[in-house]
Amino acid sequence: MNSGGMNSRIGYIAFNTFREAVRDRVLYNLIAFALLLSGAAILVGEISIDIERLVVVNLGLTAVSLFGVVIAIFIGIGLVSKEIDKRTLYTVLSRPVRRWEFVVGKFFGLTGTLVVNTLLMAIGVLLALLYVAHKFEKMDAWVLVALYFIVLQFLIVCALALFFSSFSTPLMSAVFTFALFVIGSLAEDLRGFARITQGVGGWMATAVAYLVPNFSALNVISQVAHGDAVSGRLILYNSVYALLYSAMAISGAVLIFQRRNLK
Amino acid sequence: MAAIEILDLEKSYLVGFWRKRPKLALRPLRLTIEEGEVFGFLGPNGAGKTTTLKLLMGLVFPTAGTARILGLDMDDPRVKSQIGFLPEQPYFYDHLSARELLNYYGQLSGLPAKGRSARVEQMLERVGLSDSAGVQLRKFSKGMLQRLGLAQAVLHDPKLVFLDEPMSGLDPMGRREVRDLIQQLRSEGKTVFFSTHILSDAEALCDRVGVINQGELRGVGAVAELTAQTRGKIEIIFYAQRVPAGLTGLGVEARLSGDMVNAVLPEEQQDAALEVLRRDGLKLLSLTPVRSSLEEYYIQKLQPSEGRKEEDRKGVGA
Repeated sequence: MNSGGMNSRIGYIAFNTFREAVRDRVLYNLIAFALLLSGAAILVGEISIDIERLVVVNLGLTAVSLFGVVIAIFIGIGLVSKEIDKRTLYTVLSRPVRRWEFVVGKFFGLTGTLVVNTLLMAIGVLLALLYVAHKFEKMDAWVLVALYFIVLQFLIVCALALFFSSFSTPLMSAVFTFALFVIGSLAEDLRGFARITQGVGGWMATAVAYLVPNFSALNVISQVAHGDAVSGRLILYNSVYALLYSAMAISGAVLIFQRRNLK
Repeated sequence: MAAIEILDLEKSYLVGFWRKRPKLALRPLRLTIEEGEVFGFLGPNGAGKTTTLKLLMGLVFPTAGTARILGLDMDDPRVKSQIGFLPEQPYFYDHLSARELLNYYGQLSGLPAKGRSARVEQMLERVGLSDSAGVQLRKFSKGMLQRLGLAQAVLHDPKLVFLDEPMSGLDPMGRREVRDLIQQLRSEGKTVFFSTHILSDAEALCDRVGVINQGELRGVGAVAELTAQTRGKIEIIFYAQRVPAGLTGLGVEARLSGDMVNAVLPEEQQDAALEVLRRDGLKLLSLTPVRSSLEEYYIQKLQPSEGRKEEDRKGVGA
């Protein structure tokens, strides 16, 4: 099995995962999103007190993030476990497909789905912004950076869902992943708490604060809603951080899945 | 060269919640299957047939032992491109159509893009699914899924095909088609290893059979040898107080029990025997072909040996 074959097998598995999500009507969430956003834009337009942009960016990007996280968790936890339960995996793994290729292909398939979903939502947010502000401004470019950070969040959430589902039940995997998303969103507060805590408690708080994914660093929604710039250094730091964190979670999922007996 | 060499493959699972203890699913299995052979793996449900197949497919990992497939170690990635597998009661991606599924599996098996579509259409035709090729699999019946399972197992023209209960869920016509397909694979020189608990299928298709029960291989035999002893014999049962003298010259093995006689005789003596009964005014109760010795062999092999009974009593392997 050469590396070209390996890459194409991962690509085929990713495409099949994407196709499954689309055919299972995952993208229907866009309808709810569109309704929410257009309703909000119209409402804000009616009660205009010069905060239209702030409200639309805040609401739009928060909705993009939450819709995506919910999809990432609920599809992510079933990515591999559903294939084991339904035994669709048997006829895939009896082919020249390595287990790690399967896991990585599934991960790319789901993140690909989320990227397409986010792109469509981003168009919605920009249209709503145009509707309330009547024109784009230079500072609107930071909205794109916030959207990029949201996609990075999805990478980590998908990887965590995949990791937990490699050894736990779907329900528990959903609980663990969502809990980590919530705790991770408070990571900066947790780090602050760790700094002011002494002794063993402080040491443990520091460990937890740095172990949980730092979703708060990836959340610049409020900042860009106010038109503030995002530093290039943060963009680079967040990119590397998200890639490394998701790579670690995926590696963990692969290590567990490699040894798993498929009953 | 042997197509499959199973070298003391063994599998046990840990069961229990608090106090985990091993449960043996497959006792050390040693078995060789030659190239071009159609081998039937017989045994009741839960005997260890599927466990063996899953071990060979790398879906579960052995506790001990190994196997060589087509001269390569079973873990060698090159093995997978030369084998095909039909799982028991296969389930496929139901968001895909039959054509899309086979195309996807063709991609994963490394079939070149050029010619892949033609091969997919050929396989759909071969299993009689051309008319339903564009229908999503969630609308397929069990029998149609089984046919599709066979198509995906031989799609990439493997040298060795593993089929787990290939006749399961099929109507008589479907079973006949699967038999034809296995015969065709044999004529193409492929090696076929299939598990079944339907003896007539094994008898019709296999060169050799192995009988497995409670995770233990109880015996291996050539079907031709096993069935030769009783082929062409019939059994007649009739009311009589003694064995009629006229039957003794016909090569009959007769046994009197109560007021009934049970007689086994060569098929060509059937008319003569019936003539004896008619002449003596005896009432015929039944006339049936003698059950194949494959069935007797199977039943005999399913009985636990004395040693195993003792082990089971002591809880060994539980």
